[in-house]
Amino acid sequence: MRNVIETDVVIIGAGPVGLFAVFELGLYDLRCHLIDILDRPGGQCAELYPEKPIYDIPAWPEISGAGLTERLMEQIKPFHPEFHFNRMVQSLKKLEDGRFEVETDENEVFHAKIVVIAAGGGSFQPKRPPIPGIEAYEDKSVFYSVRRMEEFRDHDVLIVGGGDSALDWTLNLQPLARSLTLVHRRPEFRAAPDSVNKMFAMQEKGDLNFEIGQVTGLSGADGQIEAATVKGPDGEVEVKATRLLPFFGLTMKLGPIADWGLNLHENLITVDTEKFQTSVPGIFAIGDINWYPGKLKLILSGFHEAALMAHAAKKIAHPEAKVVFQYTTSSTSLQKKLGVK
Amino acid sequence: MTKITIVANDGTRYELEAENGSTVMENAVRNAVPGIEAECGGACACATCHVYVHEAWKEAVGEPEAMEEDMLDFAYDVRPTSRLSCQIRVSDALDGLIVSVPERQA
Ligand SMILES: Cc1cc2nc3c(=O)[nH]c(=O)nc-3n(C[C@H](O)[C@H](O)[C@H](O)COP(=O)(O)OP(=O)(O)OC[C@H]3O[C@@H](n4cnc5c(N)ncnc54)[C@H](O)[C@@H]3O)c2cc1C
Ligand code: FES
Repeated sequence: MRNVIETDVVIIGAGPVGLFAVFELGLYDLRCHLIDILDRPGGQCAELYPEKPIYDIPAWPEISGAGLTERLMEQIKPFHPEFHFNRMVQSLKKLEDGRFEVETDENEVFHAKIVVIAAGGGSFQPKRPPIPGIEAYEDKSVFYSVRRMEEFRDHDVLIVGGGDSALDWTLNLQPLARSLTLVHRRPEFRAAPDSVNKMFAMQEKGDLNFEIGQVTGLSGADGQIEAATVKGPDGEVEVKATRLLPFFGLTMKLGPIADWGLNLHENLITVDTEKFQTSVPGIFAIGDINWYPGKLKLILSGFHEAALMAHAAKKIAHPEAKVVFQYTTSSTSLQKKLGVK
Repeated sequence: MTKITIVANDGTRYELEAENGSTVMENAVRNAVPGIEAECGGACACATCHVYVHEAWKEAVGEPEAMEEDMLDFAYDVRPTSRLSCQIRVSDALDGLIVSVPERQA
């Protein structure tokens, strides 16, 4: 039997705008579940520029991407949002009772009165490295993440990249693999120095190979690779490999959102500027993913959109309730929800 | 004004008058040079403004800083002359600079 999670609101995307939506919806007593393909909250702020300063968040003359995420998480804590990370939302459809069904690639099913799409520039997906013909091997012998370590046991594993994912998997898979080769463009790494030191220590003992260069070609048949060509400063070498793990960072792709039957404008979801509702009543879109005349892709705009969206969402979720406008400064009922003593 | 030339991947030469202090990426975007995507708007966070600096200009342009080197790991077909164009600032010393756009961005 399918396990169905019932909730008031499902928010697709846990970027800054999805996070702030939890706050605005919480003030109207709407409980939220958030789903994101990343393994942590913050969206672009966490993935693309955690350490870079942002200068245009009102009342924060300067705050980093990671800092903003942290503050938002603290601000929404009273509303106990539930997070489902490492999952891609695959489908969104309307149920007969007027609610919506959201399904992830991990086969979880959510039923919600309201769906808020805060999917930013789309879901983060691994970048495909510039190796000719790599598509033919994907999901057969070339993988962009490790779901089960056992799949790498007794293989000749080739890992490409210089960040934490590349180094962590080098260290974790080395004991299982028949052989392990790490390839990186240069001798400096972005990964934690501790992992890098461990890797070099293993190399010294002869437990793994480290090659400086870029993978330029693959050979094999029927989706199964056999070897890779690595072009380095001293020319080309062949590396035996039956499993390839390239870690070239993430890029944003719209993904399945295009198939949900919503009106789009150049790959963005069209909304009105009163409620930020999509062409389907009950489904809202806020933040970088939406489009309306005059739209600016700013965090600030996303926050504004969240407030108006929440007001409209409350009327749909609880049509019988009277929706009153209140200030957090002076409303005792809002302060109770926020846990103010 | 400083003269810079950006050679697109199809060989088209964009000869631009650039303001000192602006970045090569900004000039490319303003003049719609194909192949410079600059998704992050110059924050050195996307590696989609990758260019090759012509050999003769390599020294004048200088070496990338550590942060830029880190981002270059994500670029396509990185060569010794690779730079991120949002990190190259136009100045009198670069009058006549030539860079070319790679086959594709990441
Ligand atoms: C380098 C850089 C600098 C910036 N500087 C500023 C600045 O100074 N000021 C400013 O206001 N803005 C700035 N921005 C823009 C700002 O980061 C965005 O406007 C903001 O992140 C948008 O937030 P969001 O919540 O709408 O979307 P995002 O932050 O893009 O988050 C969306 C989330 O949804 C997830 N997602 C999407 N589809 C799915 C799916 N189907 N299933 C599961 N998860 C999904 C994604 O994985 C992602 O985590 C900058 C952006 C960059 C890249
Ligand atoms: S514009 Fe993104 S790194 Fe240069």
